[in-house]
Amino acid sequence: MARLDVGSQVIIQREHFGELLEALQKKSYKTIGPTLREKAIVYEEIESVNQLPVGWTEKQEKGKYRLVERSDGALFGYNVGPQSWKSYLSPPEVKLWSARKTENGFEVEEKSDEMPQYAFIGVRPCDLSAINILDRVFLDDEYQDNVYGERRKGLFIVAVNCTEAGNTCFCSSMGTGPRSREGYDLAITEIIDGVDHFFVTDVGTENGAAVLEEVTWEKAGDSAVEAAEERINEAADSMGRDLDTDRLRDLLFNNFEHPQWHDVAERCLSCANCTMVCPTCFCHTVEEVTDLEGDHAERWRIWDSCFTLGYSYIHGGSVRKSTLSRYRQWMTHKLASWHDQFGTSGCVGCGRCITWCPVGIDITEETAAIRKSGKVPEEKVDQPQP
Amino acid sequence: MDNNQKPKLAVWKFASCDGCQLTLLNCEDELLAIADKIQIAYFPEATRAVVEGPYDLSLVEGSITTPEDKERIQKIREESNFLITIGACATSGGIQALRNFKDVKEFTSIVYASPEYISTLDTSTPIADHVEVDFELRGCPISKAQLLEVVNAFLFNRRPNIPSYSVCIECKRRGTPCVMVSQGEPCLGPVTQAGCGAICPFYNRGCYSCFGPKETPNERSLSRQFVKMGYTNEDLVRAYRMFNAQSDSFRKESEYYEE
Repeated sequence: MARLDVGSQVIIQREHFGELLEALQKKSYKTIGPTLREKAIVYEEIESVNQLPVGWTEKQEKGKYRLVERSDGALFGYNVGPQSWKSYLSPPEVKLWSARKTENGFEVEEKSDEMPQYAFIGVRPCDLSAINILDRVFLDDEYQDNVYGERRKGLFIVAVNCTEAGNTCFCSSMGTGPRSREGYDLAITEIIDGVDHFFVTDVGTENGAAVLEEVTWEKAGDSAVEAAEERINEAADSMGRDLDTDRLRDLLFNNFEHPQWHDVAERCLSCANCTMVCPTCFCHTVEEVTDLEGDHAERWRIWDSCFTLGYSYIHGGSVRKSTLSRYRQWMTHKLASWHDQFGTSGCVGCGRCITWCPVGIDITEETAAIRKSGKVPEEKVDQPQP
Repeated sequence: MDNNQKPKLAVWKFASCDGCQLTLLNCEDELLAIADKIQIAYFPEATRAVVEGPYDLSLVEGSITTPEDKERIQKIREESNFLITIGACATSGGIQALRNFKDVKEFTSIVYASPEYISTLDTSTPIADHVEVDFELRGCPISKAQLLEVVNAFLFNRRPNIPSYSVCIECKRRGTPCVMVSQGEPCLGPVTQAGCGAICPFYNRGCYSCFGPKETPNERSLSRQFVKMGYTNEDLVRAYRMFNAQSDSFRKESEYYEE
């Protein structure tokens, strides 16, 4: 088929969707997508469409996630699960380098592992925004992070616009969804209407267009494009949560001593689940390991969290000993100082921290409580947009 | 290396099941490397040969439950340059610390034909209640990887990489979906110290807290969530009274729900 232009829209019928995976695999991409594992939808390597959670959705609420079957055979009829794509772009455990003892000192060993070239299938708009944020954190600086950069470089992204919002979703508030705006190679919107089942597909890059050369598509008619728009708008109007971002940064900066911090600290487990599931929390620590002989050493980078005592350990002890100070640090960084540091909010409204908190602490409720009785900044000027 | 130049290791047993000492024997491949670096001077479970103290490194398994052991641990401390306790018994009193909540004399009168021969304390307590301990290695049993890490750190005079944060972090690192959130399993992971590699949640079970309370645990909040999930006060008492019942914060939490 002829090469499509960037920005064009086509339709891929359900029965041809598998060709997309095959086309990517033919181009040597390792295709990572949603699949069922245990009682959740996780992101793993998938080889065929059958491995997608076909006909499944989930119910999410504070501290609760349950898979539910759906009757329409949708491929992407769910929202986000316990993992985010950072598991692949900044993996939980990465060996940075290793060294061997020599007579005169030590010798750094050559790294041999080849970087996989990933294609992410089914990236939600909130998660696409999260990847854009991680790009800024890891790459948009004089010093670039190789671990992230090497994995990000060849990444192919198939985004999926949301046609249903989850109960803990609030991407509309954060301006990150439910429509993908930028950063994808292909963006699809799944439409199921009676016997019709197809994907309205937006071509985002030349790479995306090249992959579609191997896939059976047809021209998108006005009605199909309208149907997609309508579904996405429905999702935007049915967000389970909302977060008022008006003067939010200064609101938090003005309320360091608000009693709500005590209230949440009494509930917070400081277990770090919220930071582990957050698609933008990027913190990690570095550990050295040696073997018993003492002639081989390795340096590993592993996920860390601002909810641990070790995280704020400096000479003599931890700076943030109390759970109050740790929760406040996390939320204030995410929603306020992130703007100063990286130019956006650190929150994309995916709702994972709400669903996957074992005791159901809700960042939107905590923020609302502070706004309700806190010192709300008066000036509206110079406030960062979400 | 000549045996006389190597640091001397002693492995001591108090009230315990021997499982943690077995972890050392289970090191198998690494055991040869350990024996190459360390002189195994006293380890009755492995060898009858005894080399006199003092010892550079003592690994102590088990809890203090008898008047004799209360004395014996003092002598071991005096003979040991570095003393590391291994396992839930040694670090928190173990499962036998359940006696601390009951009347031991009643037990002995029921269990033994001649209870007058039984000389035991009313309580099972961790080693650190009796002598100064240089490092505590948690677990029931301890993890082989953590034991090797501690021995390794000792050999190279560095701080061991033994985190005190939650099991949740291990679950997330290995990509296990939270069993409490996705399956409604009661899980002590959010208040439990990491180290096991989050084995139970990986097999769809809640954490039993073999490794005891994590740093800054918030049991009360987790307990309230268990109650919301339909668990009774009695369930909660049992949950906190397992391998680490005598740990300060677990003991307080179980006592709160017992009343």
